[in-house]
Amino acid sequence: MESVGSIIMYLIIALSIIVFSVLTVTTRKILRSATFLLFVLFATAALYFKLDYEFLGAVQIAVYAGGIVVLFVFSILLTSRPGHSSEQLVSRRRVIGILAGLATLVVAGGALWSRCSMALAQLPAMSNPDMKLIGETMMGTGDGQMLLPFEAISVLLLACIIGGVVVARKR
Amino acid sequence: MDITLIYYLVPAIIMFCCGVYGFITRRNMIAMLISLELMLNAVDINFVVFNRYLYPEATEGMFFTLFAIAIAAAETAIAIAIIINVFRAVKNVDARDIDKMKN
Repeated sequence: MESVGSIIMYLIIALSIIVFSVLTVTTRKILRSATFLLFVLFATAALYFKLDYEFLGAVQIAVYAGGIVVLFVFSILLTSRPGHSSEQLVSRRRVIGILAGLATLVVAGGALWSRCSMALAQLPAMSNPDMKLIGETMMGTGDGQMLLPFEAISVLLLACIIGGVVVARKR
Repeated sequence: MDITLIYYLVPAIIMFCCGVYGFITRRNMIAMLISLELMLNAVDINFVVFNRYLYPEATEGMFFTLFAIAIAAAETAIAIAIIINVFRAVKNVDARDIDKMKN
């Protein structure tokens, strides 16, 4: 049995995720779209906090809200006039989009429905993964520890830095 | 009322479908990238929720999400560098105008 505060918290998070993700893809002003994306990412971080993953929620806020959305806002302001609305959608394209979205919903919802008993699993007790566990898992080479993906990510980030400099430099 | 697994998966599904809809209907390349971020984020939520509800003693779902966030950041930075370069070339970020290699 969940406490009332927990249920209210869940309702706020779920409603804001749904409402703001719909607004992100339907608003015609692109800067507003980026702002609604920011709200969706904050709601996701709140969801991680609610599920007891504090470190993950902090990373979500720092990297997504602090890094990616700022990049989006910069590039939007560099490439389009503020206040400029995108043109009205032609109805054919909107119908194709709605059909693809509904098809995704049917496939994913069907997969979920076929695992009905699993979908009703209760929240089990869990102690928060503390920083010691996170650090050892990230740096260990044992079973279920992730040194190799960690190093692969660092090589990827290096390639990303070099690629960014090469792509964006002035010729 | 108990908040079971499905209560978290339904907002994630809706978020993913919004991402698909936006990716198909949008013309602006930055808006397409924003829709892509929505889809990535929905998948991250799934990883975390399955980890928390079905395997609470494991940490794999959480680490997959951490790595997915790092990859999303790298991908967005490169994509925006490419988009700004395209903007320099054609003075536009509309996906319909990027057809120089077609003809």
